[in-house]
Amino acid sequence: MSNLNSIQYFIPELFLTAAILALIIVDLFLKRKQKSIIAYLSAAASLVAGFLAYQQFSLPATSIFQGMLVLDSFAIFFKILAAFSTVIVVFISLDKFRETAEYFILLLIVTLGMFIMPAVNDILMIIIAMEIVGLISYVLAGIHKTDLKSTEAALKYMIYGAVSTGIMAFGFSLIYGLTGHTNLYDIQMTLASGHVNSVAMFIAFMMVLAGLGYKIAMVPFHFWVPDVYEGAPTPVTAFLSVGPKAAGFALFIRFLVTIVAHPSSGAADTFVQNVDIQAPFLIAVLAVLTMTLGNFSALNQKNIKRMLGYSAIAHVGYMVMALVVFNKDAFGAIMFYMIVYLFMNFGAFWILESLSSKLGGEDIEHYKGLGYRDSFTAVSMAVFMFSLTGLPPLAGFIGKVYLFAAVIKQGWLILALLGVLNSVVSLFYYVSVVKAMFLKQDDELAPIQTSLYHKIMVLILVVPTLVLGVYWSPVIEFTTNSIGLFFGR
Amino acid sequence: MGLLSLATFFPLLGMVLILFIPKKNISAIKIVALVTTFLSLVLTSYMWSQYDYSLHGINMESQFQFVEHFSWIATYHIEYFIGVDGLSFPMVWLSSLLSFLAIIASWNIPKAQKGYFSLFLLLATSMMGVFVSLDFFLFYVFWEVMLLPMYFLIGIWGGPRREYAAIKFFLYTLAGSVLMLLAMLAFYFNVTDPVTGGHTFNMLHMFDQNNHIGLLKTFDGRFWLYIALFIGFAIKVPVFPFHTWLPDAHVEAPTAISVILAGILLKMGTYGLIRISYPILPDIARYTSYALAVLGVINILYGAFVAMAQKDLKKLVAYSSVSHMGFVMLGMAVFTEAGINGAVFQMFSHGIITAMLFLLVGVIYDRAHHREIDGFGGLAVSMPVYTGIASLAFFAALGLPGFTGFIAEAMVFIGAFPVYRVLTIIAALGIIITAGYILWMVQRVFLGKLNPKYENIGDINTRELSMLIPLGILTIFFGIYPMPVLNMMKMSLNYLLTLIP
Repeated sequence: MSNLNSIQYFIPELFLTAAILALIIVDLFLKRKQKSIIAYLSAAASLVAGFLAYQQFSLPATSIFQGMLVLDSFAIFFKILAAFSTVIVVFISLDKFRETAEYFILLLIVTLGMFIMPAVNDILMIIIAMEIVGLISYVLAGIHKTDLKSTEAALKYMIYGAVSTGIMAFGFSLIYGLTGHTNLYDIQMTLASGHVNSVAMFIAFMMVLAGLGYKIAMVPFHFWVPDVYEGAPTPVTAFLSVGPKAAGFALFIRFLVTIVAHPSSGAADTFVQNVDIQAPFLIAVLAVLTMTLGNFSALNQKNIKRMLGYSAIAHVGYMVMALVVFNKDAFGAIMFYMIVYLFMNFGAFWILESLSSKLGGEDIEHYKGLGYRDSFTAVSMAVFMFSLTGLPPLAGFIGKVYLFAAVIKQGWLILALLGVLNSVVSLFYYVSVVKAMFLKQDDELAPIQTSLYHKIMVLILVVPTLVLGVYWSPVIEFTTNSIGLFFGR
Repeated sequence: MGLLSLATFFPLLGMVLILFIPKKNISAIKIVALVTTFLSLVLTSYMWSQYDYSLHGINMESQFQFVEHFSWIATYHIEYFIGVDGLSFPMVWLSSLLSFLAIIASWNIPKAQKGYFSLFLLLATSMMGVFVSLDFFLFYVFWEVMLLPMYFLIGIWGGPRREYAAIKFFLYTLAGSVLMLLAMLAFYFNVTDPVTGGHTFNMLHMFDQNNHIGLLKTFDGRFWLYIALFIGFAIKVPVFPFHTWLPDAHVEAPTAISVILAGILLKMGTYGLIRISYPILPDIARYTSYALAVLGVINILYGAFVAMAQKDLKKLVAYSSVSHMGFVMLGMAVFTEAGINGAVFQMFSHGIITAMLFLLVGVIYDRAHHREIDGFGGLAVSMPVYTGIASLAFFAALGLPGFTGFIAEAMVFIGAFPVYRVLTIIAALGIIITAGYILWMVQRVFLGKLNPKYENIGDINTRELSMLIPLGILTIFFGIYPMPVLNMMKMSLNYLLTLIP
């Protein structure tokens, strides 16, 4: 589609861009006390952008901007998810960044990047979208200029990011060299027609994996995660663990179904490799490494934020595990898991954010006896922890069932076995938080009073975690409807 | 909503009510817990009076009773499908009875009563749910939900090593249940629904070998799935190498929770094997039966010997459970009518007897604040009534004729002897060792010279009697006239045997 015609399909992104520019100007006229208006406006902006994206849901899938981007329900799903996670993060950050208006504007810019990431249809767009998200994320991680840990986090994040993006770009250049195309669909066609050296393709695949693996925090590209998660301000950590990661998965899936595989001729919902490079097996190995390393490193953590950082790696492992089967079951399972993960992970981070000042820190130690000081928050935290472990009747369990089911259906039983055993390991560290809260009674500590705002936020996040564990039909239908991938120039 | 759902979810309703009662109003909390579990017991008892003894259940929906069958998650073929037959109903009734009695046993729980009773009621619902579920997914959800309250009940209200015991219980059982999850999903994808042609979690469809496809057509697939399921259930039983969580959990748990653990939770393992593993994979059940029988005999002997070595009264009772569950396994493994009926009757009978034993240990612990067997002596002098009831319970555990335990064990031996002669003879030695440790313990605790420390110890009180006497009557009644239970079981179990090649 020509550029001019494409603009009508680019409204959510255009709206976001306009909102960003408008907010920068509005910010100039606001007094220090009034800066929180920016926060509300940015939440509204991303809500509207999400709504505008939803409006496009039923449009026929097509490519826009001369094949640079695509517009399909798969991309729209991730756009809505991105907008939604930004809204929640704005409210999580509201207290800490009340007077830092630029923070919220930066968040919106990342959201714009996350809108483009799932919709890419060209190698160049992949790099541009990833860099929009990446560069702003570095700034967000280091937004506390005077905090040493925060600046260290930002620097580490950036160096790793720069290196892995560089490697990925090199991988893409190999792919371009092999096929002569930058458009993903053209690459797929060329690769599928044969005549491409599988060794060269394998090397290119590995190099691209470096960049994608870094984005979603997959082993062995995960080294930045614990330090960045611990060092960055808690709301930023929460954001990084959900929003950009979801967009990263969207990109990963898009990469897999175009450059690595193509739809098999018989059934449209399964994919076969363009060039046989043993990609499923390689992904399976990486998935097992990712979840095992994440879980075992989390075992000894004293700091909950750091622990959640490692556990986030483990959750990536579970999701990557589903990717080995290259079919719509797996994509649907990952999308469903992202929704579930959004609620439970944001829930845990929100409690961490809002309570750590009252408890004097974010170590497990500080949560001792919380069950007797503020039972509502403690019970909710326990719900998030058990949901992250994957116990019924909580949403995390259903998410895991879908992930494992996708793998088991195709007969990867050993992989599934390693996955479920990993979730037993994860129980140990999640439950250590619960243990501190409920099993260690400390009568000397006074009850904690929390604000109404805190309670409402907890409720907003805990109710879906509970309800989706018992009744999830509408959500799974929505995700199943959203796996419409578009292939074309 | 039918009777069975009501009976299952009454405790959960009680939990919701309790959440709205202020923390300070302890008596209201207790009364809600008592009333809801009592109503559940009344309902299951009423259902027993309405029970049709001529239906066999097992693999036909029309043969089940009190069936409720609704769609839950249509896109994934998950159903809310519950019902009872002769295999599950005795356990359903027993769990409603023990839940009610355990609430009485928890009457004086020292702290955080609101949390305790709400968690307990959640536990009660999930236990009932496990026994009534006929949809594998539903079964799994109930099975797992049980772990959460159990973890807290042991971990918060337990003894000195409660944290260790609670996490050990949690990790062990979760490790088992994730294997079950794996097997469940594998069954789901390798079974077709005869009506719709899609996949299904409906257990009854899984039982029909004609619905099996793919993995379930291969011996290796069937074998490994059976093993995965078996480990999941074996940890719960607990079968010998997986038993180490049991003594810790039982000893550290508060009395009422030990009652539930030993009385109901252990039976879920063997129940699951008979309900799920046997009908889905009958050939593998047959193939591995000798191993199961050997494990059963190991359980009998090992449990009995270790029980003999215990200094702690509660640990002794805990290991005696390991030993008694061995009889269930031996009876299950032989596929004779007497054997399998004996096994399930042993599940029922051991549930009653071991509940009494744990309650009795609780009674003495409340007074003496320790459970050292050698720390007592001559209690018969200062606590005559208690000694009377305790001897009754311990003799029942020992398998004396006139009590349920005797009937169950005798049936297991009768059933097992023609099949595995040597094993049965070895297992019979277990009876002697059991008599040994029980009589030795009775002698040290109740007979001999009165320990002057306990001269003025109070005898058993009315509340405690009100729990023990019904159980005592039941074990004698069913020990003399077991037909109400046996008739119910035999329809289902004898039919089940016809399914096994």
